[in-house]
Amino acid sequence: MGDSPDSAAITVEGLWKIFGSGAQKVLAGDDRNLDPVALREKTGCTAAVRDVSFEVRPGEVFVVMGLSGSGKSTLVRCLTRLIEPSAGEVRIDGEDVRAASPARLREIRRHQVSMVFQHFGLLPHRKVIDNVAYGLEIQGVPRQERHARAAEILSLVGLDGYAGSFPDQLSGGMQQRVGLARALAVDPQVMLFDEPFSALDPLIRRDMQAEVIRLHREVGKTMVFITHDLSEALKLGERIAIMRAGAIVQLGTAEELVGAPADDYVADFVRDVPRSHVLTLRWICRAPEPGDPLDGPELPAATPVKDAVAVASASSLPIKVVADGELAGVVDRDDLLAFLAGQDPHSVRANA
Amino acid sequence: MSSTTVSASSGFRLPRWAIPAGATIGFVAAYVIFRGTATLPHDDEAPQFLAVTDLREWIDDHRNDNPFFLYFLNYIRLGVGALHTLFQTVLYALGWPGITGVMGALAWLAGGWRTGLLALAGVSAFGVLGLWQSSVDTLALVGVAVLLSLVIGIPVGVWAGLSARVRRTVTPVLDVMQIMPTFAYLAPLALFFHIGAPAGAIATMIYAIPPAIRITALAVAQVSPTAVEASTSLGATRWQTLFKVHLPLARSTMALAVNQTIMMALSMVVIANLISAPGLGGDIIRGLSRAQVGIMLPAGVAIVVMAVVLDRMTLATARKDPRARTRRTDLAVAGALAAAGLALIPVLPAVWPENVTIDVVAPVNDAVRWAEENWYAVTTGIKDVTTYALLNPLESLLTSAPWWLVALAALILAWRVSGVRAALTALACLLAIALLGVWEHTMQTLTTVTVAVLVTLVIGLLLGVAAARAPRFSAIQRPLLDAAQTMPAFVYLLPALALFGTTRFTAIFASVIYAVPPVVRLVEDGIKGVPPTVVEAAVAAGSTPGQLLWKVQLPMARRAILLAANQGIVMTLAMVVIGGLVGAGALGYDVVSGFSQRTDFGMGFVAGVATVLLGVMLDRITQGADRRTSPRKRKMS
Ligand SMILES: Nc1ncnc2c1ncn2[C@@H]1O[C@H](COP(=O)(O)OP(=O)(O)OP(=O)(O)O)[C@@H](O)[C@H]1O
Ligand SMILES: [Mg+2]
Repeated sequence: MGDSPDSAAITVEGLWKIFGSGAQKVLAGDDRNLDPVALREKTGCTAAVRDVSFEVRPGEVFVVMGLSGSGKSTLVRCLTRLIEPSAGEVRIDGEDVRAASPARLREIRRHQVSMVFQHFGLLPHRKVIDNVAYGLEIQGVPRQERHARAAEILSLVGLDGYAGSFPDQLSGGMQQRVGLARALAVDPQVMLFDEPFSALDPLIRRDMQAEVIRLHREVGKTMVFITHDLSEALKLGERIAIMRAGAIVQLGTAEELVGAPADDYVADFVRDVPRSHVLTLRWICRAPEPGDPLDGPELPAATPVKDAVAVASASSLPIKVVADGELAGVVDRDDLLAFLAGQDPHSVRANA
Repeated sequence: MSSTTVSASSGFRLPRWAIPAGATIGFVAAYVIFRGTATLPHDDEAPQFLAVTDLREWIDDHRNDNPFFLYFLNYIRLGVGALHTLFQTVLYALGWPGITGVMGALAWLAGGWRTGLLALAGVSAFGVLGLWQSSVDTLALVGVAVLLSLVIGIPVGVWAGLSARVRRTVTPVLDVMQIMPTFAYLAPLALFFHIGAPAGAIATMIYAIPPAIRITALAVAQVSPTAVEASTSLGATRWQTLFKVHLPLARSTMALAVNQTIMMALSMVVIANLISAPGLGGDIIRGLSRAQVGIMLPAGVAIVVMAVVLDRMTLATARKDPRARTRRTDLAVAGALAAAGLALIPVLPAVWPENVTIDVVAPVNDAVRWAEENWYAVTTGIKDVTTYALLNPLESLLTSAPWWLVALAALILAWRVSGVRAALTALACLLAIALLGVWEHTMQTLTTVTVAVLVTLVIGLLLGVAAARAPRFSAIQRPLLDAAQTMPAFVYLLPALALFGTTRFTAIFASVIYAVPPVVRLVEDGIKGVPPTVVEAAVAAGSTPGQLLWKVQLPMARRAILLAANQGIVMTLAMVVIGGLVGAGALGYDVVSGFSQRTDFGMGFVAGVATVLLGVMLDRITQGADRRTSPRKRKMS
């Protein structure tokens, strides 16, 4: 969206995945437009991904979320053809993945894209260090070199001193750190996460999310992150795609989803979000009315609403909302109170 | 059916038993009317038999000029023969000191001092029993058969584990292989590979290969899909994933495949003696055919000892924590044992010295004679009651009824129990049996099997229910069941022969004690598998223990019980056919005489085929339960 195709880390266009025999027949005919339940009844095929298109920018954290069964895992597996797509186009770093030969595909998986799994997928018969070094091992990296690299990554994910343990001697959170380290060890450009933390308990999950945010800052990988947990999506995602029944129903920043949900499904999803944390002043400011004093405090438009409260209580004058050095609008105490009370007055009129 | 044809409001409804009862009456009437007609009496000179005998003669004449034999089968035979000679030469060269030392060392490494000492004692027992030579021959034959089974079975199993399509293709073949009675393999192999050690090794291999394939496939298929996916996602090739993920993760289950293959091979290797394979089987078959328990017993004990030693060694390997390093001391002891054994080869005689054996033939024969005389009243009583109350009436019913009536009954029974496809298979099997000219003998064998299965099921249900309800009883019973399932099949003929001499009843007794253990186990597991919440709900509703059993536990364990019946039938049939060696007559006897007399080869061959058909038919009729693997496999899960 917007960027030229070449600058995108991942480009997906018109991607379909239909499970079951006769998938090609379904795709060729009108059945493709049926909703999944009707399709299954009619043909026995399951449409897991339906006509999905998006782009992921280099260095971005792109989150895909949706309810269970909405096709997230299938989608993310189609990116490196762990599941063979039925139709559509996938480009990674400009290269057409669907046209890649098996050998080329292996190269992509070895060097460009790696994945972290919900159930870890560690090899129980190998020590932690050998699990982390696994990707390098299959590339044929000599033992010493790969162990040195694995040890480096282990300390990056905070597992110093566990190199000689076996996976089942570690807690769930630590095991997923090993999974993370294994994916990082091959130094990929893109990392795919399929609900990596949903098997962990909430406290550990928060730790791990912080870990991912930190890693993203430090190593700057492009990340595609699957989750069904909205707060996780909001915490990590720069842009979020919401999937339902195999299709993307809305794609945008957290603010756009919360401020302007595309339909009831999305609205339902974001209902419980603390809006004052997500929405910024841009969403609630209004054009100054005649008589509004314009000498009050000034705040950037990207300030979350909750952070404006302290400023508003310190000054009785309306807050000037500034974007790119220009006045975008004003917000006074009444506006803020009305918003916090959930009345959501004239807000959406703004730059949707 | 009754409720749809007769409307409920009319007030008249056929009771549920009406249709079965009507059918029974119909059959009884048909039997009374047609009895004695369309029977198919046995004829030793039936043209079908003669044709097969001629075929064998032809093959024997052309073994060396027909290209198929000359360039294909003969090479297989020569290859297997060479392998066997190699095994034998190595074992002979090791002599008893070498074999004892090496086996002890391997066992020690596998399972520590207990297993090590067990192996030392076990191997020495071969010598003490005066059976050193035959035991080594058996060991060589088992070694070859197991090696071949694994070399073929593991790759096929891995492939089946990786591909659902291959699994679907292989499974039915394995199913049939596993219900084939051991005897049925022998005649065709003799036909193609002649007789002797190579044919024996191949027969043993074919018998032992199903668990190798099946358990390997299971082990590979069970490997965590996420681990496999993770490996693929990192760009591993299929081979890399196979060797770095599938095989290591499947390793300990695959050790069970080896264990089961060895156990199966041990029970077949004795029977292979019928086609002149060397080893302990010779003594056992000789003892069986002369009804001399004294000759059999030492050989039987030697086989059981071999089974126990190899079982413990392989199970210990399977259970070993793959990460645990072998301890220094264990390594040292094993090294010392092996070194001592090898060092003593030139010093000690290669064959076990005669003067340290004990001769048990005469005392055992005396003991058996004593038992025969003193327990005569009891054993004869049991035997006669079964024979006159069950065997004879059933046999005369089956052999005097027209063949089509029997086939119709089988068709309807199979249809009611297991559906149309099973019914048609059963019918086809019966028709084939009729065409082969072994109808009468098949009916006799069927009689024996039916009686044995009934007894097995009654005992199995009683013990299984008792074990499910009384944990203490179960705890006592379990190790016995485990031990029973380690023993090769024909070992059960020993006590049967000792107690009952050579009669039809001997085979029944042997098959009952052979088949009861797995039946008990299945029933017990089935009842224990009823969810505790269901049991709790029934108890909370005020059920008495009896009501709980009849109304909740037994109905819910139905599948397990049906499966137990299925297993019981397959095992019973196998044993009843072996019982041909000790007076069970009918098909089993035909098979045996086919090997001892050239002119009867055709009859033996056809009888072998008929046992397979009978087995398939009985299996399909009881197939209402889900398909399972060999009786022994459940021990592992
Ligand atoms: N191998 C398969 N064969 C047939 N159908 C499949 C297969 N894998 C997934 N599906 C179907 O595709 C749909 C999407 O599944 P997918 O696993 O992608 O959902 P998901 O969004 O990841 O759900 P969850 O949050 O539970 O992981 C589901 O209806 C599922 O039943
Ligand atoms: Mg998923």
